[in-house]
Amino acid sequence: MFSGVIYTARDQAHKRLVELIKAGKKLPIDLKGAVIYYCGPTATPKGKVIGACGPTTASRMDEFIAPLLKVGVVAMIGKGRRSAAARAAIKKYKAVYFLAPAGCGALIARYVLKNELVAFADLGPEAIRRLTVKDLPLIVGIDSQGKSIYQDL
Amino acid sequence: MDNKTIKQKVKELTARAGFELPDDVLGLLKKAYAAENNKKAKQALGWILDNAGIARKYKLAICQDTGLPVVFVEASKLSASQIKAIEDGLAAGYQAAYLRPSMVDPLKRDRPSYRGSKIQIDFDPAISGIKISLLPKGFGSENKSQVKMFNPTASLAAIEDFVVEAVKKAGPEACPPFVVGVGIGSTSDGCLLLAKKALLGDLGKNNPDKELRNLEQRLLKKINALNIGPMGLGGKTTALAVKILKAPTHIAGLPVGVNISCHALRKARLIL
Repeated sequence: MFSGVIYTARDQAHKRLVELIKAGKKLPIDLKGAVIYYCGPTATPKGKVIGACGPTTASRMDEFIAPLLKVGVVAMIGKGRRSAAARAAIKKYKAVYFLAPAGCGALIARYVLKNELVAFADLGPEAIRRLTVKDLPLIVGIDSQGKSIYQDL
Repeated sequence: MDNKTIKQKVKELTARAGFELPDDVLGLLKKAYAAENNKKAKQALGWILDNAGIARKYKLAICQDTGLPVVFVEASKLSASQIKAIEDGLAAGYQAAYLRPSMVDPLKRDRPSYRGSKIQIDFDPAISGIKISLLPKGFGSENKSQVKMFNPTASLAAIEDFVVEAVKKAGPEACPPFVVGVGIGSTSDGCLLLAKKALLGDLGKNNPDKELRNLEQRLLKKINALNIGPMGLGGKTTALAVKILKAPTHIAGLPVGVNISCHALRKARLIL
């Protein structure tokens, strides 16, 4: 179970962040020590903190993982397998990849206490949001040794 | 039926489809949970069932990927303005129900919107009103679609291997346990459409075609033997069901399409 701050970021946000890193430009958020959540939530219903917000497929972000780990990201939350290169990067930087309950966006919403838009608002659902979560159920997908829960698949 | 009513009814259908996991899917998930011994797999199935209950009770989206709306419309006659009313109903429904704008220009990748449905129209003189079947298709599973143009002399065994391999390649990323749609025959695009249409069928009803029914059962057995399980954590249930539809094809070909649905198989029907 995880309690703390996580930042939502998926395909387009990753593409932008890596472009900024490569160009030596300032990032919209400080990624040092950050936990990234591969997620694009639905719109937020009236009176709720967040809409459905389950994990998206992590492997689509594999090509962006190394530069983000290099600037200090310590953990990522998503679903599914990751490439051998991604596993190697996780091992190199001693990061961790967690699995969140896949396809369970309504359930996961219950663990979100706060939801703030922090960057890339123009990306709509793919914007970067700072979420404060409490007791979010997670499973270790790839540990900091690069060992994957999916070795048999 | 005027277009304003069509739009309103489709708007309501959209919310229903997003919040309510269909009974046939729920039934199979409950069976899978009861039968599961693998602790991690059982926990994952428990999450899925809890999630469905929360979504239905509080009128929340089952999954944040509220999909690209795929719509099958059946009628004896239909006008362009009626189709527009359906499209408007979908967009209005996605917005009003706080679903997710997930559609973009494929190359521009502009700000996602609520517009961009796939509407399939089938004319049938036997239908008096308008039958609308909505299948909001999530892309975690859609991305694992496969089509193969077999030789016309290909064996059933070769087709089975292809389907099982497609599911194996999909793995945890497409959110098992799956409902696997298979289309056999037609054209390259036709067999994939059949595979998608197959997902609409009642999972509790057997295929009326005996050969296809046997094929579905054999495939389900082979797929579950892959031991992928919910979230890829292992266990007895990698797929809840396999549904097959076929249609006439050319003497030079045997197209086979596989369209996988995740466990959040959202589908809803309306007859106007």
